[in-house]
Amino acid sequence: MISNIVLTTGLLLILIGLWGVLTHRNILRIIIGFSLFGTGTHIVIVAIGYVTNGTAPILDRTLSLSEASSRVVDPIPSALVVTAIVIGMAVTAIMLAYTIRLYDSKKTLSIDALMESKW
Amino acid sequence: MIRSLFTIFAIVLLGVVFATIAVSYSEQQSLRPLAESYVQLVPRDLGAANVVTGILLTYRAFDTLGEVAVLFMVAASAGLILGTRQRRPEERGEPAQEAARPSSEIVQTGSQILAPLISIFAAYIIMNGHLSAGGGFQGGAVIASCVLLILLTYPEHRINVEFLSITESLAGALFVLTGIVGLIAAGGFLDSHILPLGQFGAFFSAGAIPILSALLGVKVGCELSVILDRFRPQP
Repeated sequence: MISNIVLTTGLLLILIGLWGVLTHRNILRIIIGFSLFGTGTHIVIVAIGYVTNGTAPILDRTLSLSEASSRVVDPIPSALVVTAIVIGMAVTAIMLAYTIRLYDSKKTLSIDALMESKW
Repeated sequence: MIRSLFTIFAIVLLGVVFATIAVSYSEQQSLRPLAESYVQLVPRDLGAANVVTGILLTYRAFDTLGEVAVLFMVAASAGLILGTRQRRPEERGEPAQEAARPSSEIVQTGSQILAPLISIFAAYIIMNGHLSAGGGFQGGAVIASCVLLILLTYPEHRINVEFLSITESLAGALFVLTGIVGLIAAGGFLDSHILPLGQFGAFFSAGAIPILSALLGVKVGCELSVILDRFRPQP
């Protein structure tokens, strides 16, 4: 049940992000749209890994090895998302760096000012 | 007009696809075979209590190395894109911006108290990656948040980018070297069995995973700090 809610939230975030990327003309807002898109994807991946009544895949006093297989969530999506978050942050940094350079040369943040490479 | 129609069409179409996914999705009742074997193998074979860290730093460590390479590339290209930027506005003959006020005493004192605590917390997260929630990536991000706090409090403070670059390169080289030692002394590249597994749940356990975690944390922290520094106006 809970993973259905989280999955729907993630898919909605992806849609909102895509809508922001496609409709806005300000580069900073487009970058925010990309961030929402990425965050939504992370939430969807984590939601897929949820197992009913599962707990974090960390063994300690309350979670012994013998019962681990029946009580933990899928660790693989979590492992993928940990790296994806850092890479998403790095990609955002590159987009912002390009934005700074574009603003230096065009003095505007609107993508309507960038028509050179439009066919 | 046509473009906004196209946008609405694309969003609606994707929304229909997502709606079918969300409606037909049913929660997993038990682990898939691959996940189940990881959950059993990581504590038994690697001696790590945190299954996610075991996967990240041994079974999928080559992936992690690739991610770190991507991060290095981003730090380098942020320097390339922003490094040749024109100087401050006043040097381009434009009206000089008002010099920023120094941050207030409350902010300065707060950050002086918080910065060491955040650093210690980052070290804790990095070094306990194999025992509890945490690991190199997360701890590195916490280090970068400490650097960001210092940069926000003292905007004129120059961080030593050369030191960070050398530390980061050294950590990366040692990470690869540990991997090559695994190739010689254990089962393969980045195999963590080059050190004894130790007692399960102890601080020094899980083979080379704490070492790899520490190197990864230092590397990620340095790279993110360098990226943060690139975004400031260069002197």
